[in-house]
Amino acid sequence: MSDLLTTPIPESDAVEATGAKPRSLTLNMGPQHPSTHGVLRLQLELDGETIVKCQPDIGYLHTGIEKEFEVKTYQQGVTLTDRIDYLAPLSNNLCYCLAVEKLLGLEIPPLAQWTRVMLTELTRLNSHLVWLGTHAIDIGAMSVFLYCFREREDILRIFEMYSGQRMMTSYFRIGGLALEPPRGWQERVRTFIEAFPGKVDEYEELLTNNRIWMGRTRGVGIMSMEDMLDLGVTGPMLRAAGLKYDARKNEPYSSYDKFDFEIPTRTEGDVYARYLVRIEEMRQSARIVKQALEGMPGGRWTADAPHVVLPDREKMKTQMEALIYHFKIVTEGFRVPAGEVYQAIESPRGEVGYYVIGDGTTHPYRVHVRGPSFGNLQAVPRMVVGTLIADVIASIGSMDFVLGDCDR
Amino acid sequence: MLPENLKEHTTAAAVEAFDPSALLAGKLDRGELTIEIAPEKIVSVCGFLKYDLKFVRLSTVTGVDWYPAEPRFEVVYHLHSLDRNERLRVKCRLPGGNPEIDSVTEVWRGANWFERETFDLFGVRFRNHPDPRRIMLPDDWEGHPLRKDYCITGDRV
Repeated sequence: MSDLLTTPIPESDAVEATGAKPRSLTLNMGPQHPSTHGVLRLQLELDGETIVKCQPDIGYLHTGIEKEFEVKTYQQGVTLTDRIDYLAPLSNNLCYCLAVEKLLGLEIPPLAQWTRVMLTELTRLNSHLVWLGTHAIDIGAMSVFLYCFREREDILRIFEMYSGQRMMTSYFRIGGLALEPPRGWQERVRTFIEAFPGKVDEYEELLTNNRIWMGRTRGVGIMSMEDMLDLGVTGPMLRAAGLKYDARKNEPYSSYDKFDFEIPTRTEGDVYARYLVRIEEMRQSARIVKQALEGMPGGRWTADAPHVVLPDREKMKTQMEALIYHFKIVTEGFRVPAGEVYQAIESPRGEVGYYVIGDGTTHPYRVHVRGPSFGNLQAVPRMVVGTLIADVIASIGSMDFVLGDCDR
Repeated sequence: MLPENLKEHTTAAAVEAFDPSALLAGKLDRGELTIEIAPEKIVSVCGFLKYDLKFVRLSTVTGVDWYPAEPRFEVVYHLHSLDRNERLRVKCRLPGGNPEIDSVTEVWRGANWFERETFDLFGVRFRNHPDPRRIMLPDDWEGHPLRKDYCITGDRV
């Protein structure tokens, strides 16, 4: 008996028995693995604990959203954009609205633009908080998750106050906002945003100088800037490798150029650098929200375009013309001139792009969504091959992908 | 064959100077530049755009189906130059019968999944692609859903 335990199996026998190389093992991670955040499947080939090959498999959440756009009116399309990236619905709302507004040539009033900026930044906080909580829990820091979700709850309550919905808000409309911002919202947002930087300090206290956290994240999942650019990676990952590029600064949209904020960058390009970049981004987003609150202009919350924007209920009941517009927009939708636009914005995950083709009717001819997670996930094999299996968890956690955004 | 208003445009003029036979058309609409390239020249033009004109990023590759018009398919590439903050749309038109085009993965490795997606949803084949499989739909799926003649109501038989 003892002989059996101590005598190694001759290599030739092992090859014959399994038909494979003796030291290679294929491991299927996902699509239901808790740390793959959704339904990502990685086929890993292991040599001991080292990854020798990695093949990502996506598409489990493909719902044909791009096809669905073609049978919906432009306005109905906004609800689809919520469901693409369910952690940053307002970023997608904004990008789609900007694209269609560009086709229409609509001018959006300052109040709507600033409110959009404010809510998109709150969305960024929301998304980064979910990322931080789940990333930390993957690596073993349980309590950070609870703190992050405590603050996220406050943000979701603000969204609910605005739109009646916690997640799928659809609050942005083509031509402005869905509703007048509610009474008392300023105090609500102010209370939250003034306390928020202190909360970020709390997370940092738990993680930034934590030796276990540093041990698990420093020098892990390193990728160079050149590799990332080549593979289509965008967003905080790219900034953590040293590229100072952010669409909010470099190609300002929706009056981002009127706000004062920094673009945090690092040069290490590892998991820890991505963590530091996102933490700093949260502080900067809080700054933007604060500035938006303080300098919020007055005026209309929708564009002056009666053929696109639904009229007030009061006007609809008293004015014939408004009633006609209301009827036309609701039953038929509005016509968008023929043409094509590509609008890119900076979502919490990177570059969201909407490529919208109009053919002069009330429905888009084609809408293509460039989800940042799709581009980012391509880089997984490049990042994990040669590392240990435990580092795969840290690496893919640091990518902050949403599979809905990837598969659409 | 650039329209008059694009003769002065630096990027469009540079592409025309690089290979006059490759550039089929150009358009500047709503501040966005679109150039149409002959499909057989796509790899050499993309190489020029990336290495000489510094369009280092390929944002996305996708398709458009203009059924029943011919040429039926468009393959659309969105490029981005970080240095100049400039975006460019490159298009190739392909026939409906057997849409095939060379893959640009040798220029940008990141084109891999985008081309797989375009193949999956439009049925455009990319020659010399390192991994020409479906990406979103199951491998045994029939048809390409983003084609305009794809049935979206009723039972699938």
